[in-house]
Amino acid sequence: MSLDKNTLVRLKDAGIKQDEKWLVQGVSLEVNRGKIITLIGPNGSGKSTTAKIALGIYKNYEGTVEKFTNKIGYVPQKISIDWTLPLRVSDFMVLTENLNADEIEEALSLTGVNHLVNKNLGNLSGGEFQRVLLARAISKKPDLLVLDEPVQGVDFTGEIALYELIKKISEKLNCGILLISHDLHMVMSATDHVVCLNGHVCCSGSPIDVAKDKEYKALFGDQASQTLSIYEHKHDHEHTNDGKIKQKN
Amino acid sequence: MFDDFFIRALVAGIGVAFITGPLGCFVVWRRLSYFGDTLAHSALLGVTIALSLEFNIALSVFITASVIALFLIQLQKKTNLPGDALLGLLAHSSLGIGLVAIGFLSFIRFDVMGLLFGDILAVTINDLLVIWIGGILILLTLRFIWKPLFASTVNYELAEAEGLKPDIAKAIFTLLMAAVIALSIKMIGLLLITGMLIIPAAFARNLSDTPKKMVLFSIIGGLLSVFLGLFSSLKLNTPSGPSIITAALILFVISLFKIKQTIKLKN
Repeated sequence: MSLDKNTLVRLKDAGIKQDEKWLVQGVSLEVNRGKIITLIGPNGSGKSTTAKIALGIYKNYEGTVEKFTNKIGYVPQKISIDWTLPLRVSDFMVLTENLNADEIEEALSLTGVNHLVNKNLGNLSGGEFQRVLLARAISKKPDLLVLDEPVQGVDFTGEIALYELIKKISEKLNCGILLISHDLHMVMSATDHVVCLNGHVCCSGSPIDVAKDKEYKALFGDQASQTLSIYEHKHDHEHTNDGKIKQKN
Repeated sequence: MFDDFFIRALVAGIGVAFITGPLGCFVVWRRLSYFGDTLAHSALLGVTIALSLEFNIALSVFITASVIALFLIQLQKKTNLPGDALLGLLAHSSLGIGLVAIGFLSFIRFDVMGLLFGDILAVTINDLLVIWIGGILILLTLRFIWKPLFASTVNYELAEAEGLKPDIAKAIFTLLMAAVIALSIKMIGLLLITGMLIIPAAFARNLSDTPKKMVLFSIIGGLLSVFLGLFSSLKLNTPSGPSIITAALILFVISLFKIKQTIKLKN
């Protein structure tokens, strides 16, 4: 554990290859205590992969990954739970950490699903399950939260409430959050640092800076940038279709 | 009281039921029934090695099964064959090699049937000690790795991401599987031991809505099977190992009527 300060996980020039093809490469980022850092980018741009490298799920990565904490809460993007397991919400809550009934109740209340505590996990709706996943991740009061599209399938009002909750959690627990989100409004309003991925880091910086970036505009379309960006500046590279940087002639 | 062969059989059976109950749940949850079968088949080879080298049978079976498990992991990494094909390959080839090896050991009196189907009525006090002490060690170890093992059974990536080291838990669990087969091969036999792992757990699944309940019911199911099987084998003069498995099946069929409605609502 580094006494040093606030860095929870640091990626330096990290990447991973599968069958001689880079899934994602050259990612450098740092998650610090009390900050929310968001990964954005189109499908297949390596957001989840980057998160899994940071978490240590993928081990054959290149570059360096330094982790300074083991208190981690993770909400995966896709979770396939074998529904043949007899598993109630309360059993799932204590999957990786021992919690008492009050702590379980408290965490589930935060995400608005405490009434489901004795329900079978297989009988939840997609949105309910997502809330349980989030509750489980925050219940262990982690130093680092990794949330891979944590509100997918949640209804609109719930979505806003959950994002507010995430913001509140980062302040209350003073934890660092690595967030993957498609919700650009959320990204822009609550995030401290944005990393825009497309197989590599296209641009990164504060939300305002990223929104101004032409790269960002190219990736997310005019509408996204109209609502969020104020001005634009030059970008220094273009993409081929597979997300690689186009070589200039 | 251990002078009576039937009491000894009961005490041995109770010990086996206590071990196979919890391990069987993991076999069902992790879909390892064919894996258990493969390890059990390799036991024949282990017994042959033990007899020819005059070595402890349980220890030899344990080592052989562990080696087969390691070999399987290597094969999985090196080939493109699906897991079930590799399991079948190992199961039947180790059975084959074991039987061939027995052919060379014609000078040893050898009860192949007892090995295949078990002979719980022939257990000695020594066997009882091995089962109970070994069983307690197995259960304590399982208790110790329960959290990472169960978490990774539910979701490997979650367990890995949150620092539970599921790979170590999985390796230890594999050794426990080899151990339970080594301990119970003499009682239940290598063809039936997987049944003792799976059937009480399947019975328990039908009655449970939480993992801990399932473990409890799995032990209860195993114990009931042992009692019913042994007493009926005494009354009807049927072979003991198969009688225990038949009793377990009857319990399972009865449990089908009690399946919790929740299970049918899966998405």
